[in-house]
Amino acid sequence: MLRFIARRLLETIPVLLIIITATFFMIRFVPGGPFTAEKAVTPEILRNLEAHYGLNQPLHRQYLDYLGRLLHGDLGPSFKYPNRTVNEIIADKLPVSLELGALSLLVALGLGLPLGLLAALRRNTWIDYLCSATAMIGLSVPTFVLGPLFVLAAAIHFHWVNASGWYGPLDRVLPCLTLGCVYAAAIARLTRGGMLEVLQQDFIRTARAKGASEARVIFGHALRGGLLPLVSYLGPAIAGILTGSFVIETIFQIPGLGREFVNSAFNRDYTLVLGTVILYATLLIALNLLVDVVQVWLNPRLKFE
Amino acid sequence: MPSLSPLPAATPAPEPLEPGSSPWHDAWVRLRQNRLAVAGGLLLLVLTLLCVGGPWFSQTYQAQNLDLGATAPSGAHWLGTDTLGRDLFARLLYGGRISLMVGLVATGVALTIGVSYGAVAGFLGGKTDTVMMRLVDILYALPFTIFVILLMVFMKGPSEHLDTWLRDTVHLSGLQGFGNMLLLFAAIGAVEWLTMARIVRGQVLSLKRMEFIEAARALGFSRRRIIFRHLLPNLLGPIIVYATLTVPAVMLLEAFLSFLGLGVQPPMSSWGALIKDGAEKMEEFWWLLVFPGGVFSLTLFSLNFLGDGLRDALDVRAAQD
Repeated sequence: MLRFIARRLLETIPVLLIIITATFFMIRFVPGGPFTAEKAVTPEILRNLEAHYGLNQPLHRQYLDYLGRLLHGDLGPSFKYPNRTVNEIIADKLPVSLELGALSLLVALGLGLPLGLLAALRRNTWIDYLCSATAMIGLSVPTFVLGPLFVLAAAIHFHWVNASGWYGPLDRVLPCLTLGCVYAAAIARLTRGGMLEVLQQDFIRTARAKGASEARVIFGHALRGGLLPLVSYLGPAIAGILTGSFVIETIFQIPGLGREFVNSAFNRDYTLVLGTVILYATLLIALNLLVDVVQVWLNPRLKFE
Repeated sequence: MPSLSPLPAATPAPEPLEPGSSPWHDAWVRLRQNRLAVAGGLLLLVLTLLCVGGPWFSQTYQAQNLDLGATAPSGAHWLGTDTLGRDLFARLLYGGRISLMVGLVATGVALTIGVSYGAVAGFLGGKTDTVMMRLVDILYALPFTIFVILLMVFMKGPSEHLDTWLRDTVHLSGLQGFGNMLLLFAAIGAVEWLTMARIVRGQVLSLKRMEFIEAARALGFSRRRIIFRHLLPNLLGPIIVYATLTVPAVMLLEAFLSFLGLGVQPPMSSWGALIKDGAEKMEEFWWLLVFPGGVFSLTLFSLNFLGDGLRDALDVRAAQD
């Protein structure tokens, strides 16, 4: 297993390098820069600004400089927020997005797992149909429709919670519910499908024949295999939750990294864009590796290749 | 190659299964028994007809009436008007045209790339296959939404250049916003082909070893004939199913981008752009959010049910990589 992880980690290096290079040159080859949007910048000021940030150097020089600093964990200064480094901005905003993502994932698992299990165990009864239909609705209503509707109902009409902001625990409810619902629906469907498949297998019949209680059959024998499709989905799901937070943070005006990323792209804040992309890519690759390891651990028939 | 029966508007009485009926006919019978899928299909048909034909009959989507402003649904304006006094129903139909078109065209792009890539990898097998699919695995792990966002932001300038060039040099003024649409198709198509490539490759790989292919080889059929007469019809099922399921994914991505202000640009409109507009003004004018959001969700709902129904009807099992 350690060899598997080591090999995957080694593979990560060229992938990250390609991502960094592609992003770096893509945002540079397009006309417009971080200072062109501002009005009334005289040519001299512009030259001084560019000199200050090293933008007057040849592009390949800037690229190598960037990589050199990156090796020391330095993501450079932000172009739009004077006197702030990208590291500071990320340290400031990432915890908010992580909290939003983690709570949403909890909501998704907390709603989706029981719903899917219930549907599978009561197959082809009205309970199953109700659960499955609910999941399908959840899957079809996008977050940017669900979120505003929640706000309209819970905040504007009933005044239960605030419409936006990120201060008290109550402010967490709507955003996490919105983001979690979509993934809860997908998780419910996968759980149902996985459990139905496993429950038909011989080892379940054997367990029943031995006289194991229904609870033991389900939680002791079936669940482990039934959750496999779910585990392989968690990689993309976490990616989705991370990027899904762009919309959620916009709707609920949450000061997280997602909103910052979209703004930085609009502002052409080169270093902030690059820093965020590198961070997201690293996070995703690490999470996917984790998912792969968990998968083999859950399913002994698979082997680390 | 057996052709797919076209969707008839009126459903004839169910025919009994005959021993010699084709697999496509069987699938059609199974699909018709799935009420939710049929309902979804019919709803999509109606919506498409309305969106394609509607804008010719209703008020124009651009006609402003600033004196009128935003009004609640009424007899004159069934779904109300927006803050510029534009009829929401007309805008919804017009936006639907764009959304549906993006959904279909971008799915086409994804389909073309995915099927050819997957088929080539599957046919060639061996080292080539390993390398090609490893690339797909790596791409899968990337934060693609982020790249789509970057692409939409940073290519905005060049796409506007294309628009100006089209207008001033080629004199095609009707193609306003064309560059942006092109960009949208490319960006979304580039993301959504991965799943299709995996599915097609897996299918080709397993079909290649089947006895009927060996038999066809033994009979001395040409490679081309084997591919088109024997392999492709067997691939069509999964392709149809996943294409149907890709359309809602694509429409969702378009709406996501439009919601962030990166997708379809004014004066054009799409459901995503309408939802964005509605979400900003919902506090006073609820109908601006509820109707576009409702129609969009209903469309995704129908597409998902239709795709699920097709999967059951065509018996596409375990096609997940």
